[in-house]
Amino acid sequence: MTDATSQMITTADGKPLKAALAASLAVRRRRAFLLVAPLFLFILISFIVPIGQMLFQSFYNDTFSKNAPALVEWFSTHPEGSEIDESAYAALAADLALMKKNRSAGEAGTRINYDVSGTRSLFTSTARGADKFQPPFKEAILKVEKKWDDPNVWRAMRSASSPFTLDFYLAANDLTRDETGKIVPVAEGQAIYKKLMGRTLMLSLEITALCLLLGFPIAFLLSSLPMRKAMLLMILVLLPFWTSLLVRTTAWMVLLQSQGVVNDLLVWLGLIRDDHRIQMMYNETGTIVAMTHILLPFTILPLYSVMKTIPPSYVRAARSLGATSWTAFRRVYLPQTLPGIGAGGLLVFILAMGYYITPALVGGADGQMISNMIAMHMQKTLNWSLAAALAAELLAIVLIFFWIYDKLVGIDKMKLG
Amino acid sequence: MTTAATDEGFVVFDHVQKSYDGETLVVKDLNLSIGKGEFLTMLGPSGSGKTTCLMMLAGFETATHGEIRLGGTNINHLPPHKRGIGMVFQNYALFPHMTVAENLSFPLEVRGMGKSDREAKVKRALDMVQMGKFANRRPAQMSGGQQQRIALARALVFDPELVLMDEPLGALDKQLREHMQFEIKALHERLGITVVYVTHDQGEALTMSDRVAVFNDGRIQQLAPPDELYERPKNSFVAQFIGENNKLPGTVESLEEETCTVRLQTGELINATPVNIRHVGQETLVSIRPERIEFKPEMMPPGAHMIDAEVLEVIYMGDIFRTRMRVAGIDDFVMKSRNTLGQTKLRPGERLKIGWHPQDARALDPM
Ligand SMILES: Nc1ncnc2c1ncn2[C@@H]1O[C@H](COP(=O)(O)OP(=O)(O)OP(=O)(O)O)[C@@H](O)[C@H]1O
Ligand SMILES: [Mg+2]
Repeated sequence: MTDATSQMITTADGKPLKAALAASLAVRRRRAFLLVAPLFLFILISFIVPIGQMLFQSFYNDTFSKNAPALVEWFSTHPEGSEIDESAYAALAADLALMKKNRSAGEAGTRINYDVSGTRSLFTSTARGADKFQPPFKEAILKVEKKWDDPNVWRAMRSASSPFTLDFYLAANDLTRDETGKIVPVAEGQAIYKKLMGRTLMLSLEITALCLLLGFPIAFLLSSLPMRKAMLLMILVLLPFWTSLLVRTTAWMVLLQSQGVVNDLLVWLGLIRDDHRIQMMYNETGTIVAMTHILLPFTILPLYSVMKTIPPSYVRAARSLGATSWTAFRRVYLPQTLPGIGAGGLLVFILAMGYYITPALVGGADGQMISNMIAMHMQKTLNWSLAAALAAELLAIVLIFFWIYDKLVGIDKMKLG
Repeated sequence: MTTAATDEGFVVFDHVQKSYDGETLVVKDLNLSIGKGEFLTMLGPSGSGKTTCLMMLAGFETATHGEIRLGGTNINHLPPHKRGIGMVFQNYALFPHMTVAENLSFPLEVRGMGKSDREAKVKRALDMVQMGKFANRRPAQMSGGQQQRIALARALVFDPELVLMDEPLGALDKQLREHMQFEIKALHERLGITVVYVTHDQGEALTMSDRVAVFNDGRIQQLAPPDELYERPKNSFVAQFIGENNKLPGTVESLEEETCTVRLQTGELINATPVNIRHVGQETLVSIRPERIEFKPEMMPPGAHMIDAEVLEVIYMGDIFRTRMRVAGIDDFVMKSRNTLGQTKLRPGERLKIGWHPQDARALDPM
């Protein structure tokens, strides 16, 4: 008996069965690959590569190192704590001359400016006369700009002399290095990112919870209505999808601002006094209200598609077995909608975490989210590396939630539509 | 089994009507009394209102008019969970997110029963349907027949006095269905519960039930034990719906208490038993079961009525021959004869005389 099972099983013409199976599957696999190849290429070129490059920038920034080869050389031969002597200034003078020639003093200065503010102009102004410096360079340079004396500038240049750095991740977590190179929190007033990340998380969770709370009954109603009525209601649910995001957001501004429709109505009804209008816009409330409205369909659709497949006989069975309608709902119906709740919640949470336009328009100062900060660094301060570090953190948080979801519910149980 | 005429049944439908849309009545004036311990089957074509009746009894639909009583009390406004009625659904409705044991323990939990009692009861119920080994499976990991047994066990685990089953065997193959019919019947007898059973399948209805209620068009056409239903159908609908029947249209010539004569369309005069004939001259359908027709003179029952027939087709069906012939101008007159050793073989085109006892020819209302 054991003999027979250990013998190799062969096909009719004597080939091993395993090989024959592999060969027949290979054809199918190749065809499947050819089918997805165009999309795969498209995603690779237009999505994965740029994202990868962007994330790469969060720990790789060569704007200083490539423009200051002499200083890079000097830093590599002189370890941390070495005296900033004539040889260092000589390297600085050589690099400043090179920067003047290449017109790259601004670029290199910007990188140092991330760490020590006010240094961009130091680079540009010193580089202007760099080709005329004579030894001793220390004196010559200090005569032009006294600030080159500052050990902070040299420390910043040392850390920027390697293109690979974790400084941006430090900055993204409100950390910095002190004079001795130890990692310390930044000054009280400058710590903004962690708080902002926390607020983004809180707002996203609140919005997700609100969307689920509001979406669940609607989805339930949709799934229990006859088809015709359900479709009509569905159109109402999907209406937000058909209007421009900007129009919708602006509409919320019209409604919620202090001279807006809602406040006017409340004043007119005498519920509030004219000088006590409720501030519903340009703060967290504005962001939550507008984003909940915009993201609501993303919870309703998966919930609806799950509820549609739950036959009414389950709840009936529970009722006939002696459960009150509340128990039947809680123990029998609700657990079966979990895939929909999970999918809808996760979808809204991920979208909310990265939402940009709505908080930018209606959020005011309190309602800003981390993506607004990322946008600022991309567009205004041009600190792309910091933007990339923040974005990478955002991605990590989303992935962590995804992982938790997988552990708790199981990704295979998710039902998106 | 049926309750005595004096005391009321365990389950009573009293002039119950039901309409879903306010325009048409799905159930029209239903009166039905089911005795304690009875196995009553509702049988009827699709859309005849069987499920609706069951749903009203279970409490998922409300009667538009009339009263439903359970054990003597009106339950029209009692919510389903307080009725204590076990129910088996056609799609089993086992909770997919619970194991078999959790499914069975659910009705006990919601009744606040302690853990050890629950476990004992669940085990007993599972053993009852021979599914003890499956306690930790999920419904999706079982075959249809196994799920069916679990559904049955779940409906019985909390010891209901009344169990409703809506086509519980509809999704099973023939062999398994017959086996489950047997098991359900055995459980019914052992536990002494009252069962209201809905089915499409007349075979099922006849083999399992104490009484069968034949539904059509929202009304009970006949309520009778299986043998009576088969042998003495009260109208053409029942005659046609239960088993096979030959129908000879004609007009009533004379009418007495026990017998009547009917003139067939071809002019022959035959004797029949009047069932729901009211007056002479009325149109009627005379119905005769195919197995009650004889063609060998020596087997002919005394007093049989003889008539000419021409064989059109003989179908061999194993245990019987099914002979289709032309009788009194009707082309689909069927005779069934047993496949015995010395059975005469008929050939298409053959002419012969066939006959039946006038008691087996029932003159019914024309449909
Ligand atoms: N929820 C409902 N709303 C409106 N009409 C309904 C509803 N349920 C059933 N009906 C109608 O009531 C009639 C009787 O339906 P019911 O389900 O009782 O039939 P049934 O005898 O159980 O049929 P089947 O053998 O096909 O299960 C049908 O015409 C059906 O269309
Ligand atoms: Mg039905």
